[in-house]
Formats: sequence, C-alpha cells, structure tokens
Amino acid sequence: MARAAAGLLAAALLAALPAAGAGSADAERGHALFQQCKRCHQAGAGAEHRIGPHLNDVFGRTAGSLADYRYSAAMKAAGAGGLVWTGATLDAFLADPPALVPHSRMSFSGMAAADDRAALLAWLRGFGGGRSDLPSAEPTATPEEYGLDPAILAIRGDPEYGAYLAGECITCHRADGTVEGIPSITGWPPDDFVIALHAYRQGKRVHPAMQLVAGRLSDEEIAALAAHFQRAEDDP
Amino acid sequence: MNKSNGKGGLSRRGFLASAAAATTALSAPAVLAEGRPRVVVVGGGAGGATAARYIAKDSDDAVDVTLVEPSRAYYTCFFSNLYIGGFREWASLGHSYGALAANHGINVVHDWAVSVDRDKRSVGLAGGGSLAYDRLVLSPGIDFRDGSVPGWDLSQQNRMPHAYKAGSQTQLLRAQIEAMPQGGTYCMVAPPNPFRCPPGPYERISMVAHVLKQSNPTAKILIADPKEKFSKQGLFEDGWQRHYPGMIERVGPDFGGGNVEVRPEAMEVVIDGEATKVDVCNVIPAQQAGRIAALAGITDESGWAPIVPHTMESRADANIHVLGDAALQGDMPKSGFSANSQAKVCAMAVRGALTGSTVFPPRFSNTCWSLIGTDDGVKVGASYEATDEKIAKIDGFISQTGESAELRKATYEESLGWYAAITGDLFG
Repeated sequence: MARAAAGLLAAALLAALPAAGAGSADAERGHALFQQCKRCHQAGAGAEHRIGPHLNDVFGRTAGSLADYRYSAAMKAAGAGGLVWTGATLDAFLADPPALVPHSRMSFSGMAAADDRAALLAWLRGFGGGRSDLPSAEPTATPEEYGLDPAILAIRGDPEYGAYLAGECITCHRADGTVEGIPSITGWPPDDFVIALHAYRQGKRVHPAMQLVAGRLSDEEIAALAAHFQRAEDDP
Repeated sequence: MNKSNGKGGLSRRGFLASAAAATTALSAPAVLAEGRPRVVVVGGGAGGATAARYIAKDSDDAVDVTLVEPSRAYYTCFFSNLYIGGFREWASLGHSYGALAANHGINVVHDWAVSVDRDKRSVGLAGGGSLAYDRLVLSPGIDFRDGSVPGWDLSQQNRMPHAYKAGSQTQLLRAQIEAMPQGGTYCMVAPPNPFRCPPGPYERISMVAHVLKQSNPTAKILIADPKEKFSKQGLFEDGWQRHYPGMIERVGPDFGGGNVEVRPEAMEVVIDGEATKVDVCNVIPAQQAGRIAALAGITDESGWAPIVPHTMESRADANIHVLGDAALQGDMPKSGFSANSQAKVCAMAVRGALTGSTVFPPRFSNTCWSLIGTDDGVKVGASYEATDEKIAKIDGFISQTGESAELRKATYEESLGWYAAITGDLFG
C-alpha cells in the first residue's frame, strides 16, 4: 500500500516534469544514481542491449517487448500479462524488482528511497520521445577501466571447457537465470563477462568468493566461461 | 537412443512407480541397456545426486545411470538448522527425485545398497536384487561410531536426538526444544573432528538460542565439546555475545568437554564426572563413512574412504569413486557444497573413462554460510586443487567480526540464493 502510494506520488511528480527533464537538478542526481545501473544498462545515442536491455524510450514500452533483446521468460510473461513501463510501474520495479516481476534476471536488490527513484526516472525520461540530440550512451564496462589488454577481449573461449568450468559457478548462480540474493549471469555479452571477472581477479570489484574464484582463472578460462554464459538459459 | 520412446525409458518410469516393481525389475537395465556403460550411484544427497545428474546430462544418454537412494524425498541437512531456528519451513527443505528421472533419464531405485561385490562389479540391494556396474559412485554420507559417547547408541536417538541426518530427527529436536520448561537446559554433546559440516553444531547452537530467546529467555544452553577450537569460532562467539548474552556455556576439553557420558533414562549428562540434569540432550556422536563404504572394503583405519584427488577414485578400487562426507580427501570440509564440487570432477572423470569425452583439469571449491541470528549471516570459503597426495587448499576467505549489519544481511540473502541454486543443481 505504502509502496503503491509512493509510486503514484512519484508518477504524479514525474507527470508534472517537462518531457526533456535531463537538465533539471533532479535529473542531474538521477544521472549520478544511474551509476548503479550502468554495469548492465545503456541509455543515450547509440545505446545497445548489454547485460540488460537499453533504456531509451522505456516509458510507454510494454515489458519484455524489444525484439532483439533476450528477456527472461518471467519478463516476457509480465509483458504478455499487460505490464507497461510507466512512471508508476518503473518506480515499483526499481523499489523491489522481484516483487513486481518475480524470477526476472534483473540483478538489483532495489532502491529504497522514493526520492532517489524519482530522480533516476526523471533522468531516464530525458531519453524518450525519439529525440535526435541525445548524449552518447556510456559504456557498461571498458577494458581501459581495468587496464586490460584488448587482446584479452579478443580471445575466443572454448564453450565445452566453459560448460565444465561453469559447474563451479552454478552452485551459487542459478542456471535458470533467476536472481535470488545472488546475481544472474546467464545471457551476458562476452565482453561484459570478461571484464567483470578480470575486475574481480584484480581485486577491483569486491566480493571475497568472486575474487577467490576469479583469482585462479586464466585468461583462456575466463574467455571459455564468457562463451558459455553468453547463452541465455532458454537458448537451444 | 531415444529417452522417451525407448524401452529403457518405459522401464524407468516403472521403477519410479513402485518400490516393489523396482526390486523385481532390477536386472532390466543391464539387458535393455546392452552396450551402454553402466554407472550405479549409491546415495542421493549432494554428492550422489550431482554425480548422477551430471553423468546423465552431459553424456547425452550414452551412459546408463542408476541412482540408489532409500528416501523418496530428500531433506537437505544444509539449512536444517534454519528450520530449527524457525527461519525455514520444513517443506522447503524437501526435494523430489522426479526431475532426475523425468529430465535426465536416470533410473531412480528407492532401496538400500547393502553389499558390493567388487570382483563381479555388482551392488546388492536390501530388496534382494542386484545392480551391475562398470563404475560405482559411493556417496553414502556419514554413519555414527558406536561407543563414541558412553551411554548413547542409536536406540536412544528418540530420547537424545542427534538430528545430524535431516529428517524426523530434525523435527523431533525442534519439538523437544519447543517443549522445554521455562528456564530449562538444552545440552549439545559436540562431535570430535572430522565430522559433517564443521560449523553445523555451532550454527545449531545459534538457532536454538534464537528460539529460546523468544520463547524461553531464562533457558540455558550447555555445550560439551571435545575440540579445542571449532569452525568460525570467533564469529560465533562474537555473535553469541551480541545476540544471546549469558545464555550459552561451552565446556571445552580443558574442563572435561571430551570426557562425557550420557544417561538417557535419567536425562543426565555427565561431564568430567559431574552429572547435570538437562531437558534436551542433542548428542552428535563421532562419525565415519556411511556403512556401505566399509562393506565395500574401501575404508581405512580412519573409518573414511581414501580417494585419488584427480578423479575421486577410491585408492582401493579404480572402479569405485567416493564423494562427499565419506571420502578421505584432504583439506575440504565435509559439506554439501564440497560434495557437489567433488561430484562434478568425478562425473567428468567417469564420462571420460566410459565414453572417451574430454577430461578437463579438476577444480574444487567450497563455501559454508552460517546464520547466527536474524539477518546475521557469515561465511567461510576456499578453493582447492588436486595434488598426488590430497585435495589441497589453495586460498580462502572468512567473514570478519565487526562487519556492518548490511553486509551480514547480504551474506544471509546470498545463502538463500545459494540454497536455491545448489538444490536446482542437484535435483533439477
């Protein structure tokens, strides 16, 4: 009830904002908050699907409806069931993703503060309406952030070896892609996967189990895992 | 071979339908599966279910896999303390073998394996049949050592439960804790090393304290412990101070914690000659490999089964692999996570030996989460490698005292995710 009320309030506030809210103070703060999202999502000119779908023109879009992104079965079912992204539904999703769409692959535990969500949505609203003057999309991850030789990203992983190595991953990361306390790692673009594991291996992403796992993976083994997890769970 | 239309497939469904049918039809797989190598897996827990599932799944029906497990539903020992603490419903710990049969074509035989004829490569079943194998995987878990706690044997398990194999024992222990009189005493007789789930007894203490703090705040918890040190000791003791001050007393070996006798009729625990009346007595005896490992003649004087780390083959018989708690393997703790990890290495080695599939270098890892109080989770983990001598620890991590409440909550939530993932990996 409280959440629904907060969502409606946020929607009302957003409705009052000009469509191109990108310049407002709220939107500035929203841009800063988007740093939590940008490992998976892009928004702006040239935005592509990465770990998550791009977020241009998300307002008014039916959930799970972009033909060229591999959504989870749960997200496609939510869209088929009538879920359309509006200020209110996006607010509810950001507050607690699995509460609105259980078993989606969105690896985010939720943004608790209603004003943060409102600011983030105000910023996102600036990427709607088919504008031609959008700022360029920021990359989800770059090899430069971690001083990675581009040759590392060029390694073609052996998917058979990756399937074996993945046995260690799926003891914790669910093979069906569902998020539950532990992020989803299925259906990732290989570059994002490789960069994330190198970031753990270098200790620049912080998680003791992941640093331990990545710490003994070779460049070739990371590439093999990336080749394996490029598949989404329901790919043939 | 077509899984759904072949005669083997029909026979498998028959196996599932009835235990009686299973015992009369036992010779069927060998006949129907002529030419396919046969793997028999004994024990449907974390090691056995994983091995059966991975061998069947990854061999694409090229290997005939039979899983022998007496229970029709498996209740996980891991997370059973959370049931005692009221954090988990009993039903949430139960898992069916249905998907292993339906999705992966595994013959699931609900029976006890009671003998192994290593020369004939055949496993005898309590129901009277036998199963021929090319490779046998034993993952029988633990049994208790007779006489390790004077005054206690299995016939006393209803008065003084061990609750160290999940099932009715776990439910009994919880009921006894709930029925304790106000201000009563729960006593745990903790096991000596090595034993299943090193943090398990101490997570259990935390969960018992959590329950008593709410329903019986003047109750006492007494631990008689033969060990100087225990897993995650600093984390548990710090947590007990914060959550349950004054409730828990541990008697270590310096004060007679290793010199314990129990008197089930009188509900007394005698520690170093001094008798104490208790209301609940949770006796966790010394342990050894599940009985079938000794019956197969592959255990040593330690009571556990030595293995070759690269393949999990028994050092006594290259046609037998041993997984999980029963294996004498080196540095890995006896845990469901370890058993699952070892089973994947074993499955790859078995497939390689029987079908010529690629055998990649073995990798082992383990993480054990424990819950100390509401949203107060901790973990310890390590990676391991196969050496000629043993499975050797490479590197590890452990939670720290003084971590933020937010991190402890995230660690607990991570453990919930792990439970969902590993049970899917076992039974999915």
